[in-house]
Amino acid sequence: MSLTIGVPRETFAGEKRVATVPEVVEKLVKLGFAVVVESGAGAAASFGDEAYQAAGARLAGSAGELYAASDIVFKVRPPSEAEVAQLRPGTTLVGFIWPAQNPGLMQQLAGRRATVLAIDCLPRQLSRAQKMDALTSTAGVSGYRAVIEAAHAFGRPFNGSVTAAGKIPPAKVFIAGAGVAGLAAIGAAANLGAIVRANDTRAEVADQVVSLGGEFVKVDYEEEGSGGGGYAKVMSEGFQAAQREMYAKQAREVDIIITTALIPGKPAPRLITAEMVRSMKSGSVIVDMAAEQGGNCELTVPGEAVVRHGVTLIGYTDLPSRLARQASTLYSTNLLRLTEELCKAKDGRIDVNFDDDAIRGLTVIKEGEVTWPAPPLKLPAPPAAKPAPAVAAAPAAKKSGGHGHGGASEPASVQSLALVFGFGAALFWLVGAYAPAAFLGHFTVFVLACFVGYQVVWNVTPSLHTPLMSVTNAISSIIAVGALVQVAPPLADGGAGRPSALILGLAVVALALTAVNMFGGFAVTRRMLAMFRK
Amino acid sequence: MSANLATVAYIGATILFILSLGGLSNPETARRGNLYGIVGMTIAVLATVLGPRVTAAGLPYIVGALVAGGAVGLYAAKKVQMTQMPELVALMHSLVGLAAALVGFASYVDTSIVYEGAEKAIHEVEIYIGIFIGAVTFSGSIIAFGKLSGKVGGKPLLLPARHWLNLAGLLAVIWFAVAFVQAPDVQAGMTPLVVMTVIALLFGIHMVMAIGGADMPVVVSMLNSYSGWAASATGFMLSNDLLIVTGALVGSSGAILSYIMCRAMNRSFISVIAGGFGTGGGAPAAAAGGTQPQGEVSAVNAAETAELLRGAKNVVIVPGYGMAVAQAQHTVYEITRLLREKGVNVRFAIHPVAGRMPGHMNVLLAEAKVPYDIVLEMDEINEDFPDTDVTMVIGANDIVNPAAQDDPASPIAGMPVLEVWKARTSIVMKRSMASGYAGVDNPLFFKENNRMLFGDAKKMLDEVLGALKA
Repeated sequence: MSLTIGVPRETFAGEKRVATVPEVVEKLVKLGFAVVVESGAGAAASFGDEAYQAAGARLAGSAGELYAASDIVFKVRPPSEAEVAQLRPGTTLVGFIWPAQNPGLMQQLAGRRATVLAIDCLPRQLSRAQKMDALTSTAGVSGYRAVIEAAHAFGRPFNGSVTAAGKIPPAKVFIAGAGVAGLAAIGAAANLGAIVRANDTRAEVADQVVSLGGEFVKVDYEEEGSGGGGYAKVMSEGFQAAQREMYAKQAREVDIIITTALIPGKPAPRLITAEMVRSMKSGSVIVDMAAEQGGNCELTVPGEAVVRHGVTLIGYTDLPSRLARQASTLYSTNLLRLTEELCKAKDGRIDVNFDDDAIRGLTVIKEGEVTWPAPPLKLPAPPAAKPAPAVAAAPAAKKSGGHGHGGASEPASVQSLALVFGFGAALFWLVGAYAPAAFLGHFTVFVLACFVGYQVVWNVTPSLHTPLMSVTNAISSIIAVGALVQVAPPLADGGAGRPSALILGLAVVALALTAVNMFGGFAVTRRMLAMFRK
Repeated sequence: MSANLATVAYIGATILFILSLGGLSNPETARRGNLYGIVGMTIAVLATVLGPRVTAAGLPYIVGALVAGGAVGLYAAKKVQMTQMPELVALMHSLVGLAAALVGFASYVDTSIVYEGAEKAIHEVEIYIGIFIGAVTFSGSIIAFGKLSGKVGGKPLLLPARHWLNLAGLLAVIWFAVAFVQAPDVQAGMTPLVVMTVIALLFGIHMVMAIGGADMPVVVSMLNSYSGWAASATGFMLSNDLLIVTGALVGSSGAILSYIMCRAMNRSFISVIAGGFGTGGGAPAAAAGGTQPQGEVSAVNAAETAELLRGAKNVVIVPGYGMAVAQAQHTVYEITRLLREKGVNVRFAIHPVAGRMPGHMNVLLAEAKVPYDIVLEMDEINEDFPDTDVTMVIGANDIVNPAAQDDPASPIAGMPVLEVWKARTSIVMKRSMASGYAGVDNPLFFKENNRMLFGDAKKMLDEVLGALKA
C-alpha cells in the first residue's frame, strides 16, 4: 500500500511558505504517493487550492483531518506543541527541526514514536546531498531579500550617477560572512550598482566574493577559520580583536551592513557593537540576518526593524517568507529530491536507510528513538599511497630495464631515494671494478646523455607530446648507423670465414626498416607541427 | 672522410639531436626542432657512409634500402589520418625494435670483430641485451598497434600467475645468458641466443596484452623509450658513441613521458607495467564493491544543446577518445568558431591521458585548426570550471569522473580529473550509458546539472552546428 504525504498550513506567526508546491505534488504522485494538502496551505505563497487539486492532491478541510490522514508530513517550520499532539503515532515528519535548539520538541516527537528527518541536519559536505540542501536554497533567497530590505530602508539609490541636479554617490555595502546568504547578498547588491565589500573568516571564499563583484576585506591576522562542513569555527581572541578593529573601520565608512555570520549550534557571534552603530552615518542601514540566533549586532531586535542612533536596524526573521512563492518552490524541490532518495523503488513507500550517509545524517529520530547527533561522517580522505606492489611485480620492473631513469626523477621519499642511490652506487662500483677501460668511456657518455635527455625533455609542453614522440621515434632510427657499418666494412683479411652474405642481408633489411622510420617519422612530425597555429 | 672527421660529424649530429628535442618544448620552436633532427640524421648517415667503416662495395645496397624504406615511410606519413597517429607511432617503434634485433644478430655472426677476455664477455652481453630489448620492443609494439587499431581486443589479458610467468622468463633469460657467454664459438652460442629471442618476443606480447586500453598512453611512450634503449644497446655493441647518446636521449625522453602519463593517472609505473587495471587481480571485485551511482539521467537533444551553448558566456569543451573515433574534431571547430564569433569564450580542456597517446587530443584539435592558445591543460583550467556556464564533454568518461575525488573505494580514486561538474551545466556526449575503459560507473551522469546527449559524436555535433546556424 502506498503512503500518504500530508502538507499542513504553516501555523508559525508570519510564516508564508508552504512545504510543497503543486508542481512538486505532481512528481510525488508519480513516485507513487498520495498527497493531502490542508485547504489554504499555499494561499500565502500564492498557490491556490485549485492548483493543488489540479496537480493530483486531495484537500483536507482542517489540520486535524490532515494529520489523521497522513503517514508522512512535510513541514517548513518546526512543529508547535499542538501540531505534535495531532501527529499519528509512527508518522514520519520532514522539515526544519533544529534539534540542538529545541530539545523539548525532540522529546515530544520521540514520545509520539515518530520518525523525524531534520532537513537542517543534512550533511552538507556530501556533494550528493546538495540537491536536498534546503539551508542553502533558503539562504540564497534570504540573502537577496536582505539587500532588497536594505535598499528599501536606505534613503538613496545604490548606484552612483552624476545628474543635472547633482552627484549621487554610490552606496557602500559591507557584508559580514560570505556563506550562501552572504554571496547571494553580494551578487544582489553589486547588481544594484553598490560598491560591495565582504569579509569571512574562511580565506578560501575570497575568490568567490570577487567573482560576484565584491571586494574581499582581509582581517589583519593570520588564522584559518574553516570549521568543516562549509561552516566557520570560533576564532581565537587575537583574531577577534583584529576583526573588531576591521569592523569598526568599515562601520565608519559604509552605508549599509548586512551580517550573516552563524556558527552551528552556537549563538550568533557579536560582530557589531553599539559603539560601531553610533559611529555610522545617519541614515545608514544594518540588516542582521542572524537575528533569529541572537543577532550579529548588539542592538538588533529580532523580528523587527528599529532605528537606533539614526541607523535603521533590520532584524526580520522571516526573510524567506517575504519571497514566499520562490522560497516554497525551492524548498519543496529539496524535499522532492529527499523523497526520491528515500523511495528508490518509486513505489510510494519510503526506506530510511542508515547505510546512506546523507539519510543517516538527517534522521534525528527513528521510530521514537533519538538518533541525533549522527556519528561524524567519514570524509573521503585523500587516498593513501598505494602499497608498493610487492615481490610479484618486482621481476617485471627489473625487466623493463633502463626505466630507472624515469623513477629517479620522482620526488621520492627518503627511503626510496636511499634505495635508488644505493642501487646506483652498487652498479657503478661493479662497472668500475670489472669493466675494461674502453667500456667505461662509452658508459660515461651513456649516463651523461641520459641526464641531458632528462633535462631537455622535462620542459616539453603536454600539447607537443605526440610530435615529441614521433620525432624521438624518427631519431631512434639512428640505429641505421649500426646497420650501415655492417653492410660492407673494410676487412683486414678479405673477410675469410665471415658469413658476409648473411650479415649483408640482415643489415640491408635493418636499414630498410629504419629508413621507413626515419623518413616516415620526420615527415609525419612535420605534417603535425604544420597544423599547430596560434 | 677520415675517422676523425666522422667522429666530429657525429658530435655535430648529437648536438643537433639535443637541439631538436629542446626545440620541441614549445610550439613556436617545434618546427625548427624537427628540422634540426632531419639535418642531424642526414649528417650522421652521410658521415657513416662516407666514413672509413663503409667501403664503396656497399653503396648500391645502402642506397637501395634507403630509397625503398624511405618511400614506404613517406607514403605512410602522407596517408595516415591524424586519428590514427597512435597506431602509426606504435608500428614505427616495432620497426626500430626489429632493426635493433637484426643488427644484434648480424654483429654476433660477424667474425671479423675479435675480442678477448673481459672485452669479449662484455661485447657478448651487449649483444644479448641489445637483442633482448629489440625483440621486446618489436613484439610489444606490434601488440600495441593491434590494440590501438582494434585488431586485438582492448581488455587486459590476465593470465593466471602472470607475475610468476614473467619471473620464470627472466630467470630463463639470465640462465641462457650464462650459457651464451660461455659458448666456445658462434654455432654453440646461437641456440641460447635464439631461445632468448623467442622468450623476449613472448614477453613483449604478454606485457602489452596485460595492459588495459586506458593505459595505452603509458604503453606507447614506454615502447618509445624502449626503442631508444635498443639503439643505445646497439651503440655499446658496436662501440659507437653516436648511437649510445642518441639512444639514451630517446630512451630517457620516453621514460619521462611514461612517468608524466602515470602521474596523470595517479598510478605507479610498476602497477601499469605489471598489467591489468589496479595493482592486482582483486581490482574488478573492488569495483563492484564501490558505491554504484544512482539517480535520474536527464537527456537532451541537439537543439536544446545548441540553446544552452547560445545562452552561455563561458564554454569549455572536453574532448576524449570518442571524438577521435567519430572524427568529430572539424565539426567541433566549426561550432567553436561560430560561438566565438558570437562573443562566447570557448576553450578546450585537455586531460593528460585523454586519447590513446600522450598529446593525442592536441594533435587532433591542431589538425582541425583550433588555435593552440585556447587549448588548455588540466592544471590551467580546472579552477575555471565554477565560472563556466556550459562544459561539453565529447566522448570522454573516466577523465571527468567525480568518483576519482569522492569515492575512495573507486578503482580510479585519486586520479586527477577535470572537474566539469562544477560548471553550471555539463553536457556529456556519449553513445550510450556504458562505462569507460576503466570499467567504472560515472556518477557525473546522474548529477543534477548534467545533461546527456546520446548518439554518435559526429552526427550529434553536426546537428548542434545546424541548430546553432539556424
